[in-house]
Amino acid sequence: MFDFTLNNKGNMQYLKGAVALLLGFGLMGNAFASSAEDGKPNPGDFIIHHIADAHDIHLWGDGPSALHIPLPVISYAPGFGWDVFSSSALLHHGEDHVDMSDHGMDGTHADHDHASGDAHGHGGGGYHSHATGLTYTLDGNGMLHAADDTGHAVENVYDLSISKSVLGMFLVIFMMLLIFPRIGSSYKKRKGQAPKGLQNALEPLILFIRDEVAVPSIGEKKADRYLPFLLTTFFFIFLCNLLGLVPFIGAFNVTGTVGVTLTLATFVFIITTVSGNRHYWGHILWPPGVPLPIKLILVPVEVVGILLKPAVLMIRLTANIGAGHIIILALTFLIFIISDYGANTAAGIGTGIFSVAFMIFMYFIELLVAFLQAYVFTLLAALYFGDATQEAHH
Amino acid sequence: MEAFLNTVYGTVFWSTISFLVVLILMRRMAWGPILQGLKEREEEIDGALNKAKEARAEIENLQSDNERLLQEARAERDGMLRDARDMADKLVGDAKQLAKDEGERMIGQAKQAIDGERAAAVADLKAEVAKLSLEIAEKLVRQELKDEGNQQALIGRMISDSKLN
Repeated sequence: MFDFTLNNKGNMQYLKGAVALLLGFGLMGNAFASSAEDGKPNPGDFIIHHIADAHDIHLWGDGPSALHIPLPVISYAPGFGWDVFSSSALLHHGEDHVDMSDHGMDGTHADHDHASGDAHGHGGGGYHSHATGLTYTLDGNGMLHAADDTGHAVENVYDLSISKSVLGMFLVIFMMLLIFPRIGSSYKKRKGQAPKGLQNALEPLILFIRDEVAVPSIGEKKADRYLPFLLTTFFFIFLCNLLGLVPFIGAFNVTGTVGVTLTLATFVFIITTVSGNRHYWGHILWPPGVPLPIKLILVPVEVVGILLKPAVLMIRLTANIGAGHIIILALTFLIFIISDYGANTAAGIGTGIFSVAFMIFMYFIELLVAFLQAYVFTLLAALYFGDATQEAHH
Repeated sequence: MEAFLNTVYGTVFWSTISFLVVLILMRRMAWGPILQGLKEREEEIDGALNKAKEARAEIENLQSDNERLLQEARAERDGMLRDARDMADKLVGDAKQLAKDEGERMIGQAKQAIDGERAAAVADLKAEVAKLSLEIAEKLVRQELKDEGNQQALIGRMISDSKLN
């Protein structure tokens, strides 16, 4: 299914790898399976694969020359126990794939399960753990499945792998722990002196969060309590967003990963709920000064709103960051679509110039969005905290 | 839905742990000192500005004080000058008066003395003239009287003259 009729060898190699990847990992692989079968890569699959979380970091190249960094897979199956192994054992993109890691392939290399016959065409070597006796495989959506010795699938497998997004998160946290404690100590060391260097560079942002986000939303007195959370959230999201814009390191999409934004939104939800005072709950459960029939409508809406507010935070951040990546990838893919996958080189070059210009423009927009979404998330979180702690004023 | 949840187990698990860790570490190692430092610096700047304002007000006070003192000193100086001038004028006037009086007194004395002297001088002169006259008269008489006739005439004249004197 990979023999395209392409006249450009480089293109063909690239597409071959891309198709293999997207068919193997694309979240929407199933939905677009039919279009992929005619030999042309599906843009949707390609893009979704690239913005989805993965068990490895695909740096560049395809086929034999592809450079992947395998990541540790950590899995827990109740009744079986824990397993930790390199994802290189799971990631075999076709027979010609050469992995950069020398991790054992435990003999599964020979029998790639093309037999599964599904549209993904992705083998996934599988990894057999001697400790738990489970055999792990990845499906087309990049999800981890386990089967016991008898070949029966294990229902509850918790995939706690250090995935691409988790690694990106660790990188960001590492950077934060490298930068901010140093700034903190320079405030102690250079007491009473003008800020300098890193301290001077980041102080405007810190002051911005304090004076433009926290204090106006929560109020001078209570803002101090929420500032560490707001500052951490802001810089965490901002740096994750920026990490996603760094080229050649495998297109991290940390804040475009639902799990990460879900966690952040959950923190906001917990803090809002815990710090909610009488006034806050009163307004939700029995809004004062509202006629009874309207109360019957309003109260359920308000109660749903408690959960809806953080959910919206999560969706907004994920969608915005995901969308930016999708647009850039779509512009890339446009070149292949218009050039009919390499059949029309001139059209490809023409579209390429246009696409690259737009991509550069999009990158600038994305830089703005990286800041804006971090700001919006922090501001809304601060507003929710402010709502929850507001004292009655009427 | 199960697939969706399955993919997020790992990321939720790790992001919860790492976010909590980073929140706690950052709170202790970064945000605490940074926010504290910022607050202290702001208070310091506010304090410095207030102090500068106070100092300026104080300087203004001092300046107005100085102005007032200067005004007073000037007034005092003027008063003192005026007093001194008055005193001097008075002294000079007194002295003049005194000198005038003394002069007048001295002139009066001198006049008196002169009058006295003149009277004495006149008296002396009179006596001298009388003496001289007598001598002359004696000599004349002697001369005249060398001749008896003359003596007689003269005596007669003399007698008549004496009556005139």
